[in-house]
Amino acid sequence: MKNQSVINNIDWITVIIYTILVIMGWMNIYSASLPIEETSFFDLSQTYGKQMLFIILAIPLIFVILSMDAKIFEKYSTVFYILGIFSLLGLFAFGKTIKGQTNWYQFGGFGFQPSEFVKTATALVLAKLVSDTQINLKKFKHQLFALSVFCFPILLIMMQPDAGSAMIFLSLIFVLYREGLPSWYLWTGFIGIALFILALVVKPIFLIGFVLLVMIIHFILNTRITRNPIIYGIIFVLITGMVLSVDYVYETVLEPHQKDRINVLIGEDVNMQKEGYNLNQSMIAIGSGSWLGKGYLEGTQTKGGFVPEQHTDYIFTTVGEEWGFVGASVVIFLFVCLFLRIIYLAERQKTKFSRIYGYCVATYLFTHFFVNISMLIKLFPTIGVPLPFFSYGGSSLWAFTIMLYIFIKMDANKVNEW
Amino acid sequence: MRKLFLPGLIVVTAVLLIARLFYLQILDDSFKIKSDNNAIKIVYDYPERGYIYDRNGELLVANQPSYDIMVIPKDIKNLDTLEFCTILNITKEDFIKKIEKAKIYSPRLPSVFLPQLNKMEYAAFQEKIRKYEGFYIQKRSLRDYQVNVGANVFGYITQVNDAIIKKHPYYKSGDLIGMQGVEQTYEEILRGIKGVKYRQRDRFNKDIGPYKEGIYDTIAVQGKDITLTLDVELQKYGEALMKNKRGGIVAIEPRTGEILALVTAPSYDPAILVGRERSKNYTALYNDSISMPLFDRGLLAEYPPGSPFKILTALVGLQEGVIDEKTQFVCNHGFSYGRGSFMRCHCGGGVRDLHVGIYKSCNAYFGNVYKRTIDKFQKPRYGVNAWSGHLKSFGLGNFMGYDLPPGRKGHIPTSNYYDRWYPNGGWRSTTIISNSIGQGEVLMTPIQLANMMATVANEGYYYTPHIIKKIKGQPIDKKFRTKHITTIDKQYFKPIINGLFDVYNLGTAYGSRVEGIEICGKTGTAENFTKINGKRVQLQDHSVFVAFAPRINPKIAIAVLVENGHYGATWAAPITSLMIEKYIKKDTITRVDLERRMMEGSLQAEYDKVVNGFYFEPKDKKKDSKEKTEVTEKNKGDKKTGTQKEDKKDDSQKNNANIKVTATDNKQKPKNK
Repeated sequence: MKNQSVINNIDWITVIIYTILVIMGWMNIYSASLPIEETSFFDLSQTYGKQMLFIILAIPLIFVILSMDAKIFEKYSTVFYILGIFSLLGLFAFGKTIKGQTNWYQFGGFGFQPSEFVKTATALVLAKLVSDTQINLKKFKHQLFALSVFCFPILLIMMQPDAGSAMIFLSLIFVLYREGLPSWYLWTGFIGIALFILALVVKPIFLIGFVLLVMIIHFILNTRITRNPIIYGIIFVLITGMVLSVDYVYETVLEPHQKDRINVLIGEDVNMQKEGYNLNQSMIAIGSGSWLGKGYLEGTQTKGGFVPEQHTDYIFTTVGEEWGFVGASVVIFLFVCLFLRIIYLAERQKTKFSRIYGYCVATYLFTHFFVNISMLIKLFPTIGVPLPFFSYGGSSLWAFTIMLYIFIKMDANKVNEW
Repeated sequence: MRKLFLPGLIVVTAVLLIARLFYLQILDDSFKIKSDNNAIKIVYDYPERGYIYDRNGELLVANQPSYDIMVIPKDIKNLDTLEFCTILNITKEDFIKKIEKAKIYSPRLPSVFLPQLNKMEYAAFQEKIRKYEGFYIQKRSLRDYQVNVGANVFGYITQVNDAIIKKHPYYKSGDLIGMQGVEQTYEEILRGIKGVKYRQRDRFNKDIGPYKEGIYDTIAVQGKDITLTLDVELQKYGEALMKNKRGGIVAIEPRTGEILALVTAPSYDPAILVGRERSKNYTALYNDSISMPLFDRGLLAEYPPGSPFKILTALVGLQEGVIDEKTQFVCNHGFSYGRGSFMRCHCGGGVRDLHVGIYKSCNAYFGNVYKRTIDKFQKPRYGVNAWSGHLKSFGLGNFMGYDLPPGRKGHIPTSNYYDRWYPNGGWRSTTIISNSIGQGEVLMTPIQLANMMATVANEGYYYTPHIIKKIKGQPIDKKFRTKHITTIDKQYFKPIINGLFDVYNLGTAYGSRVEGIEICGKTGTAENFTKINGKRVQLQDHSVFVAFAPRINPKIAIAVLVENGHYGATWAAPITSLMIEKYIKKDTITRVDLERRMMEGSLQAEYDKVVNGFYFEPKDKKKDSKEKTEVTEKNKGDKKTGTQKEDKKDDSQKNNANIKVTATDNKQKPKNK
């Protein structure tokens, strides 16, 4: 009886989009990892075979989540969170190091990446915390409290080090903004990033001059807020300090490969055989797709294996090459529909908890989507994050599936909420 | 407001991504090319070049396999450099240099390490090839010449240059193309069409199968064999006769226009332009600006034809009706055609009719004929145009359209030409009288002379000379089977032919008769000039002879030019007679002494004069030239000293003066270039 109502109340639009994306993802993994010799679809020694297995195993997972009591997620969110933190800590002792990053547990043939699941746990805890009626995000103390929920895992993940995943957590700030976090957090973030990039491209003296000009204009035009010259002065000194320290930060704090990625993006002279290779091949694959692409399984870049890690982080290059502009646009459109649908559903929630959680899901997925695709087309520095539902990997597929279906379950359960 | 922030950000981002994709995928074309460069490897299948045969079916040019050692620098592993170098007979420094060069081209793509090994070298290397990772053999096909003559007829094979690639997209870098001779003319027929295979490759440059299941692939089309009109025995004989001389021989079968022999001297063995030494040898030939072995004199040497041109003067005169067979002129050891204007003649003087005029080569006779021809018309310009119209019907003054590199046009002046020289008018028949004896503004190449003789032999028509006889499966070009009929009526050729026949019996070629063959011919001497230290100076005359034989039912028409050979009878006439004898009798030559004298005779001393700054001095030529030869020998050592340069200058001034005095006979006219 209860199950019946869940099935009836499931948001089928979300489920359908999810299913389409997973199938499309598998098709592209199949193309990207297809060996020259003929093999069967379900060959566990092949990447696409394993992914098929992951997809099939996701189905019982979905049923388990949908049949669970929706209350459990709120009730035990702290437990999940603490488990997640421990799993991250455990990596330092038992984790497997691949390419300098210790972010995997190895179980036999399969790897397990805890940070994928910590995202969900963090979202649950954040939702629980912020939905507490005691919490007011206008208060600085509460703001720090909320921020620390995801800053703690960020810290641990940065130590792996995995800057990409850490960045995803940072995007939760959008959720807090929706729940009342003052807007200067966002502005500070945006301006900070913008200044950092500009400082790498433009000479600092021009940038500081420009900032000064903007601030003077702002000071003159500003009539609403108290025009305290001291605050303006402090802000200016801070900005100047930041701009001047960018070079230092860039040269000493960033890892060489991170510098390379930024260099590639801002068009510095790079070696296309070395640090520029990945981006160059990725752009060639996508750029040679034209309107309708080279045809499914016909991509020369894909078949030739020119794009490294094509079945994981670079899976969208296959879409671009083989399905062309039209295909890539359709995929982007489907993702956007999914995000907007989730936000729409979140706003419809009766409890603040599930609304915040829904927002977290949308934000996570969107950030993955944006960072992943824009790094392939030279809009963003190369950061290794998977494309949800598309990229190869059991951990990420299951983690995203669990994350999404917990929300679907919450949404389906809202009839029982009062 | 806060509710709309995230949806707004999502939509804006999506638009940004799609716009960026639109730019990359639709607007920017460069990725498509980069992708093809990355992933598609074009493999060519080169067909074997067609063979070349002579008119009797003798194989002249075949192919030989050749082997290039290719290297992919990145794949070299565990190489025993010492053994490798020993087998290939190269030094270690060589090896390092070649590898570096290959690396600069590309570490991942194959480049030629050592080109064109022969079979022996290949056999030694092939046993060990498996040991040498990163190296492999690419088979190619090179020309294999069965004869050591005819280099100018065959042409040669070379790698295409950038200009050719730009003009003809068929050729890709490294492809071979025929240059000069029939290799150039019949390039497309001999070459065939190469097959193309599009192969897909992965990032390790490994072949991963055909691109798009091979729908764009094509199969190679074999090159076709061709048969030339050349008689290789005659060609060999001609080249032997021309040894140590400069000049050309063109022999044509009058009945068909088929070129039987096309000799240029000096020449070279075509085989030296094949294989590893090719580029070195070619550079040497190319840079030899003195004897110019790449200059095909049969087609390119333009000279005032001299006496053989009198044949045409007479034919035009007959056709225009200004003379007939019996017309007589008096020769006073020359022809006085105006006040103080006198054209000298060496025929001995006396009353001349057409017949005697021809076999004695009387300048005065033909001066008169020419004057009458031009003066027949109201204005000299009409006369000249009528005259040049007749000559052009012999294919003179223009490219003949044969299937060899186009050669030179020669020159037949029209009234426009003289109007340019005399803008105010005032030129008359006498102004241009030198044309009558082939010395004025008239220029002809040896092949034009030979074709003129073929036309006379045919009594009024010719076929465009051509070198192609058969192309496997294709009839030869229709233009070579079309009769060109001249404006001279058939009846006028008979008296001319009789005159030419008596050149042998009574005239200038008496010494070159061949027993049992009735030859009709005409001697000639062609004046020629060169520039030494910026001054135009006259050199020893070229020896010219034209002929056809036999008189009845002619089988061969021939023109022989021997540079600086002096009188036509000295070199050109004997060589012509030997060529005719060889072609018609086929068996051994009876006049062994003459043959030996011609084959062994050398004009090198004459040619050295120009190089050393001594040249023709008209006053008492024979004695002088001997003296000069001696001086030449003496001065060879210090040729480059400054004092000698001074001497040379003085000499040239002196000689210039001499020329002005003595060369009046032919120089009463605007100087032709």
